[in-house]
Amino acid sequence: MRVTNWLKSQSLRAGIRTLCVQTSMFVLTIFGLLLVTFMIGRVVPVDPVLVIVGDRAPAEVYARVYAELGLDKPLYQQFLMYLYQVAQGDFGTSVLTSQNVAKDIAAFFPATIELAVTGTLVGVLLGVPLGVWSAVRKNSFLDQCVRVVALIGYSIPIFWLGLVGLLVFYAKLDWVAGVGRIDAAYEYIIERETGFVLLDAMLHGQWDIFRNFLSHLILPGALLGYMSMAYIIRMTRSFMLEQLGQEYVVTARVKGLSERRVVMHAFRNVLAQLITVIALSFAYLLEGAVLTETVFAWPGLGLYITNSLFAADMNAVLAGTTVIGASFVLLNAFSDALGTVFDPRTRSART
Amino acid sequence: MKSWLLADSPSSRLQANLGQLYLLLRSFFRSPLAVIGLCIVCLLLLCAAFAPWLATQDPYQQALTQRLLPPSADHWFGTDHLGRDIWSRVIHGSRTTLLIIVMVAAIVGPLGLAIGIVAGYAGGWVDRVLMRITDIFLAFPRLVLALAFTAVLRPSVESAIIAIAVTSWPAYARLARAETLMYRSSDFIQAIELQGASPLRVLVGHITPLCLSSVIVRLTLDMAGVILIAAGLGFLGLGAPPPQAEWGAMIADGRNYLLDSWWVATIPGLAICIVSLGFNILGDGMRDVLDPKSR
Repeated sequence: MRVTNWLKSQSLRAGIRTLCVQTSMFVLTIFGLLLVTFMIGRVVPVDPVLVIVGDRAPAEVYARVYAELGLDKPLYQQFLMYLYQVAQGDFGTSVLTSQNVAKDIAAFFPATIELAVTGTLVGVLLGVPLGVWSAVRKNSFLDQCVRVVALIGYSIPIFWLGLVGLLVFYAKLDWVAGVGRIDAAYEYIIERETGFVLLDAMLHGQWDIFRNFLSHLILPGALLGYMSMAYIIRMTRSFMLEQLGQEYVVTARVKGLSERRVVMHAFRNVLAQLITVIALSFAYLLEGAVLTETVFAWPGLGLYITNSLFAADMNAVLAGTTVIGASFVLLNAFSDALGTVFDPRTRSART
Repeated sequence: MKSWLLADSPSSRLQANLGQLYLLLRSFFRSPLAVIGLCIVCLLLLCAAFAPWLATQDPYQQALTQRLLPPSADHWFGTDHLGRDIWSRVIHGSRTTLLIIVMVAAIVGPLGLAIGIVAGYAGGWVDRVLMRITDIFLAFPRLVLALAFTAVLRPSVESAIIAIAVTSWPAYARLARAETLMYRSSDFIQAIELQGASPLRVLVGHITPLCLSSVIVRLTLDMAGVILIAAGLGFLGLGAPPPQAEWGAMIADGRNYLLDSWWVATIPGLAICIVSLGFNILGDGMRDVLDPKSR
């Protein structure tokens, strides 16, 4: 009894230590991200004062704004100010929309999440079963086909696939709606509440908008899903192959378990790694959405960043980069934490 | 010849090395996919090397009377919105692609390798500091960061290369560190250290060659991703500046004419697909040969 208590406290302590290490790592990474975006913002060849006052402002106005922006202070103080502002959710004002950047991002981010969630759903629902199947029937015809499909998914530029998809399914076959999130006609009818069109339409019973949105979503969502599926298939297959080669699988077979039960056994042991992979693939989709959004004119964060980029609107670009970067880091940390919870072996593993 | 290569007790170092090489090549050429990958990569090299001779026309020659012509005997892949021959531009575009991947590989491989083996071999606080930095960079989204970098550095092929390199080295540092940790405490390294070899000598002469094969495999596999990111940057207008032939930018050119002139956007895209597929297959094949675990 005493021994088990001792063991428990040991593992508890180890758990707390891992948590502390991971939290400090997370904070450090976010700090690094902010430092990088700050440096990018400082070396950019755009004068932030001129952007505000215009190039015909008198010298004293220029000097005043220069001081207001804190540009006369040493660099480390400017960075601390930047940290302080970001901590309060203040990313400055966008030159392009002349709105608060944080507000802009709050308006654009839901659209990106819609795409990434759809992509991950498609990727997981197709990728996991195909990966498992392909590992179980290793080197069969089916396995070869699945591997080729995954390989192509790895090698295709998504923006090109998007264009081809639009050409075939929208222009030629007319199966799906074209670019944009909903038809322009609905843009002003829709009641906005959550920012997610699907939810808003459902909440207010606007079913025509709901259908219209789905027909806009299906093509970019399916393409992102294909990318994520390729990744998930590859990882699932190699995890399953590793497990199926273990001795406990041989034992289970020798004991006469049905093939289905054996596969279920192996799959349970893959689950922890798989959750990590799915969290990572969601993070990749968040960033992969940048190109997809450009092709499909999908009003998400990626489109916001690229549009601001060409307007030399650095506040918006850096804030967008920070938000996507932070979500990325958060998902990474989250998947690490999930891995620790589900897989005891990684708890004490120190590489 | 074959028996000389496969001799059980080679009489010289050269013979032993050649014998090993022969075995590797033999198992490599047994896999049809790997050979296809190798062919595609060689094709890219040939295209880039002989671009002026393979191109049927000047890739920058505009002919506004011949805009958006469909593929024909004169223009094998048709012409774009400025009347330029797409076949010639695709061929010349291979040079841009090759330049980017060669430069990225030349920066990222040695840099990641150096950081990884130093961290792994030194251990202690050097290791911790270097790995924390690596982890921070590893956690960054590649494309988005590359986007921000190119925005600062003004769009050009060079800034695309720098942006991609800055975001890709951490994976190699991790890989090289893991390999170094595996060898660090092995007997032959300790024997060399006891003989008085300096850390530099151990790292360069003994650990680097051991890490090299996995780094090369990883580089080959990564090249596909690099091509895709470079094309993405080009597509967004952040790669090569306008007249230069670059596949991503060519797709962007064709975007406005997609509905009537499909060939403008689709053909450069096919080129990207084929080349990145080639690197993926080649990398898979090389991993199967070089990685003893999966043999």
